Amino acid sequence: MTQILNENQSETIDTSETPLLQIRNLEVGFRTQRGLVPAVRGVDLTLYAGQSLAIVGESGSGKTTTAQAIIDLLPGTGSVTGGEILFEGRDLTKLPAKEIQDVRGRLIGYVPQDPMSNLNPVWNIGFQVEEAIKANGIAQGKEARLRAIQVLQEAGLSDASERLKQYPHQFSGGMRQRVLIGIGLSARPKLLIADEPTSALDVTVQRQILDHLGTLTRDYGTSVLFITHDLGLAAERAEQLVVMYRGKIVESGSSQEILANPQHPYTQRLVSAAPSLASRRIQSAKHADAAAPAIFSGDSLDATLIARAAEREQAAPDKPLISVQNVSKTYRIRQQGFKYNELKAVNGVSFGVQRGTTTAIVGESGSGKSTVAKLILQLESITSGKIEFDGQDVAALKGADLLKFRRRVQPVFQDPYGSLDPQYSVGNTIAEPLLAHKVGTAKERQARVLELLDQVSLPASTRYRYPSELSGGQRQRIAVARALALKPDVLVLDEAVSALDVLVQGQILNLLTELQTELGLTYLFITHDLAVVRLIADNVCVMKKGEIIEAATTDEVFDNPRETYTQDLLAAIPGGNFVFGR
Amino acid sequence: MQNRKFQEHFVAPIEETPVVAVDKLDESQKARSTWDDAWDSMRRRPSFWISSALIVLIVTVAAFPGLFTSVSPNLGCELANSNGAPTAGHPLGFTRQGCDVYARIIFGTQASVTVGLIATLLVTISGIIVGSLAGYYGGFLDAFVSRVGDIFFAIPTVLGAIVLMSVIPERTPLTVAFVLAVFAWPQIARIMRGAVLSASNSDYVTASTALGVSKFKILLRHVVPNSIAPVIVVATISLGTFIVAEATLSFLGIGLPPTVMSWGNDIAQAQTSIRTNPQVLLLPSAALSITVLSFLMLGDVVRDALDPAARARR
Repeated sequence: MTQILNENQSETIDTSETPLLQIRNLEVGFRTQRGLVPAVRGVDLTLYAGQSLAIVGESGSGKTTTAQAIIDLLPGTGSVTGGEILFEGRDLTKLPAKEIQDVRGRLIGYVPQDPMSNLNPVWNIGFQVEEAIKANGIAQGKEARLRAIQVLQEAGLSDASERLKQYPHQFSGGMRQRVLIGIGLSARPKLLIADEPTSALDVTVQRQILDHLGTLTRDYGTSVLFITHDLGLAAERAEQLVVMYRGKIVESGSSQEILANPQHPYTQRLVSAAPSLASRRIQSAKHADAAAPAIFSGDSLDATLIARAAEREQAAPDKPLISVQNVSKTYRIRQQGFKYNELKAVNGVSFGVQRGTTTAIVGESGSGKSTVAKLILQLESITSGKIEFDGQDVAALKGADLLKFRRRVQPVFQDPYGSLDPQYSVGNTIAEPLLAHKVGTAKERQARVLELLDQVSLPASTRYRYPSELSGGQRQRIAVARALALKPDVLVLDEAVSALDVLVQGQILNLLTELQTELGLTYLFITHDLAVVRLIADNVCVMKKGEIIEAATTDEVFDNPRETYTQDLLAAIPGGNFVFGR
Repeated sequence: MQNRKFQEHFVAPIEETPVVAVDKLDESQKARSTWDDAWDSMRRRPSFWISSALIVLIVTVAAFPGLFTSVSPNLGCELANSNGAPTAGHPLGFTRQGCDVYARIIFGTQASVTVGLIATLLVTISGIIVGSLAGYYGGFLDAFVSRVGDIFFAIPTVLGAIVLMSVIPERTPLTVAFVLAVFAWPQIARIMRGAVLSASNSDYVTASTALGVSKFKILLRHVVPNSIAPVIVVATISLGTFIVAEATLSFLGIGLPPTVMSWGNDIAQAQTSIRTNPQVLLLPSAALSITVLSFLMLGDVVRDALDPAARARR
């Protein structure tokens, strides 16, 4: 485990003290058209001064609602329906609004989830930090400005005094999150609630931010309440762990103990699904000798794995199915007047994808990985270079040939909430590609829809439903089914599992692996998440600033990364080296 | 690790929160489209039922005025009854010309509702076509359509209609509706253009492109259905305003000719007897207000039902 943790533990204070935060039997419900829906059902938790605690759970488990209840920030239709929240002995649920305001910010700081939408775009950064400082009565007038600079410097923005006049859009995601952390800590609160503080950020930035947060809170003796879906992060950054499931706490205690030896079946499931560097590629159950379609963690199956890899290599023909040769993509960005700036999104990229294998393209935001996907899908035109698919130059395709190409190469997009038309029933969505390519009669198309739903393990009745009724994972399965409708050779998966909970993510990855074996599919997997790459990919290309800086087999990249950038990426995975109990 | 501040390892009894299958589809609820949801939310509002009952009544009156009165609105006028008080068979009294007020209101409904419906239909259809083509294809078409729309937008509807009506030889409910539509389409077109712009940037449009669906089919199948909700809202509300506009034009003497019975004409004629017999003025005005208000009320309910953000706030 990390250094931070050990140092925290050594700061043992006398044991008779009252807890900083004690939640007893908390119940929160939301009013809906169908009556009161309970979101949190009897939660108990205790947090002492100077400790850090992480609430882990999938979306909808009630973790964020619990945090919001503490500082009375529940959305309009939610209310605390029972229990008490004791903060330094005062019950926050019974405080009048005025006193809660005093607690908020001054005693309990809050770092919200999304740095992109939580800063007001019409005010400059300095104003927003000063606002927090003034509202909490820490300093006024000129002093507030000086304090704002100090706060931002502490949050890791070294040139804070020059940046006060800048607006949120001039800051990157990581810098904005630093500003939010600065605001949250500006009043030196006793408790800081960090709701998924880094889930929108790249791993390397995430590590910096978390390290910084750790240092700051340790210096001030602030208690931290993390809300996260990331078990690795919880294991690395919090001493205490609370696992929530369907509005209840299923397991709580020391994080190391829980992760090493999970007791509740849900925790066990969560721990076993958490991808880490120690994971191995998922093997399909349909493969003759594989025991179970699970995510293997240990070294037990190394022998079969090596055999499998050899098998794949043998099966692979000499010529790659997709061959990308020295491809570049330049965007012209309009400047003031008639001037244009050139942005090289992709710069001289070359790689090949063998039939029946998975190639992952990994990189941080802005590395050009999604542009590569768009170029291969012919959704954007190539500036220079050549992409060949099955021996054909993709850029030269027109009319019927392009349509044929589209049949064979299908995309699955990142956002399962945006990629399905909300007005279309699932059946119509899956049938759309069949209709567009005039495949079969109406009856045959219906039969194919049912077959596809079965392939992605959804019941046949799903075809009458609409996307708004489905969860993110179910929508993503529908998107996969739609992509498979035309029996393509290649699926281009652009961050296809990034928006999903760990368990659902594991389920989709298993599904993809089985489909690959069953249908002989070739995957091009675009992702920022190296832990996922380990589970699904045979080959990896690491991209940075539009270029591929390292390309090799997955095992090679993970075991012997050559480039420092790759090493940094690997080291930044939260809890990457933590050995989970299985 | 002997710190006593550490809580003991707590494990909830498994019976309390049984683990269910990962991401299982909830099949207990009926499948629902966004339109089903909208219908569900409208169904629960009393103002929806009140306004639709009124609208059904008004439309029935407009279609079959004979069902509601046996008195002919024009032929039975006798000057002997001028400004007469209500009598048996003539519940609302008589106008200055000795015509039955109730019968005139009933027969006047047709003109007002026809103008309102036809104008709304024309505006909605033209606005949707123009707005979606401009928003979807962009470029020169968009610039041209938007500027033309701006020109019409700059002319006040009633003022423009006064000018146009005065050069039209024959004035019927149809021509009045057409003239109103000429000046009102840019509003719908603008709304449609905005909605189409945002819908055509969505992922499902990219997905369909990659699936090989043609550009025009994507417009028809995905973009338009997803952009139409705000247009429906505005159309429902503007139906009321078209009825008012017709009454205004008729009142000014440039809408429907006096031979066509309409509330606007009746209100105009009743001006002279406002002191002696105010109900002749007030009753057609009330009919006009009730009609307009019921359409506005319906528009309000429809907006709440189709706009999820507004729904969440309630």
